[in-house]
This record gives sequence, C-alpha cells and structure tokens, in this order.
Amino acid sequence: MNTFKINHRTSSGYDVLDLYGELDAHTASQLEDSLKLLIDSQKSNIIVNCKDLDYIASAGLGVFMAYIEDVRSSGGDIKLTNMNDKVYNVFDLLGFPTLYDILDDESDAINKFLSEA
Amino acid sequence: MDNITTYQITVAASTKNLAKVREFISEHATSEGFSPQTVADLCLAVDEAYTNIIKHAYKFDASKSVKIDLEFDDQKLSVRLRDKGESFNEDKYVMPDISEQIKNKRRGGMGIYLMKKLMDKVTYDTSGSENEIIMLKKRE
Repeated sequence: MNTFKINHRTSSGYDVLDLYGELDAHTASQLEDSLKLLIDSQKSNIIVNCKDLDYIASAGLGVFMAYIEDVRSSGGDIKLTNMNDKVYNVFDLLGFPTLYDILDDESDAINKFLSEA
Repeated sequence: MDNITTYQITVAASTKNLAKVREFISEHATSEGFSPQTVADLCLAVDEAYTNIIKHAYKFDASKSVKIDLEFDDQKLSVRLRDKGESFNEDKYVMPDISEQIKNKRRGGMGIYLMKKLMDKVTYDTSGSENEIIMLKKRE
C-alpha cells in the first residue's frame, strides 16, 4: 500500500536522488540504503530532489540526520530541493532549515556546491 | 446535545500498515470538513504515535495489535491509540537537540515533539496492561 521509490541519476557530476511518494518508518530504509550506497562509493556531493515527495514522517528526517555528518566530514553535503509546502513544514517544525541547505531547485543546489568548492 | 461520530480500526503493529492508518485518518477527517493542512497534520501525528508503539511498546512484534478510535464532535476531533506493550514514561522525555544528534549520528525522539506541536493536546495514560495515548484537535 505504501508507495515510495527512489531514482538515482547524475547531473553535472553531482549525484541526484529523486524521491517519489511517501517516506515513513516503513519506507525510510530504502532511502537509507541509497544514501549508504553513495557514501560507500565515496560520493559526497548529493542532491535529494523532493519534487514528487508527497509525505515525510520523522523516520524519514532521521535518515538525513544519521548520514549528513559522514558526508560533510568528507567535504561534501546533502542538499535538498523542490520540497512542497507540506513536506517543508515538517522540516521547519524540527528546525532543519538552519542545519541543512534546502533550496528551490537542482540548479540552485549545483550553484551552492560550486560556490562552496 | 453534541453530535458524536466514532470510527475504529484495529491494525497489526507493523510499519507496513502506516499508509493504511494515514488513509483511515485522512478519509474521515476530510469528510468531517477538516482543511487539507489540518488533515496532513493529523495524519503525521497519528503516524508518529503508531510508529512509536510499533518500535518502543511492541519492539516490532507484528503479532501484536493497536486499536485506533477516532471521535468527532461539534468542537473537536479526538484520536485514541491503545496498546498492551511496554509503557512510555513521559516524564523521562527530553526534546531532542537536532544539531547535537547530527554530530553524534543519532536520530529519534522527534515523533513526540511533532505530535505535541501539531495537536492541541496529547495525553498518555496506562491502566493495567493497557497504554493509551489521546490526541485532541479543535475544529478550525
């Protein structure tokens, strides 16, 4: 009944995860596996595109909390883009906008990475 | 005399049922006239409460079940989740410091905070072998 999927692609040399559907305690392990796979293969400039993410519960936010430090300590970051208002609201309630880069779209994320390089 | 409508669902304690539980809340709250944002808030609060029961009260034992009662009256919605697992001690709960957790690669503890933020009132009670959590949301 839960519908969640992840597509992985690269854009201008950055790894992009496109999220689709509902991210909760049941589906969070899929995101965890995808992030682990990238981190294990030394990828640390990651963009997570939330355009088609319809829902997020705290288990989903927990995945970003658990891996951001690994990515940042190897000089990279996880940048989140294209969130709808409902999803952004959950990040906002927990104070994530001061701790994570949440940007309008992919080109903003790429520009942010470039400005930090 | 208040007009009271109630709905009930009993679900196995498995994260597989999260979408089904959200659908149950969303369907009834929408037909009772709650706004899309409030319906989204209710779904999230119930999702967090149910997830906590699965993880902490029942430790992922899917042979256990959770009863969810939804009650609407003229002023509010009340949702009650009941389980017979390990009880939760609210007094020991501390709001997580997210930036500290990130540094330590830790997560968790955010569900209760969200429930309290999203709902007007959240209460825990244990009597005998049964735990219950009741969350209230006033009509807009």
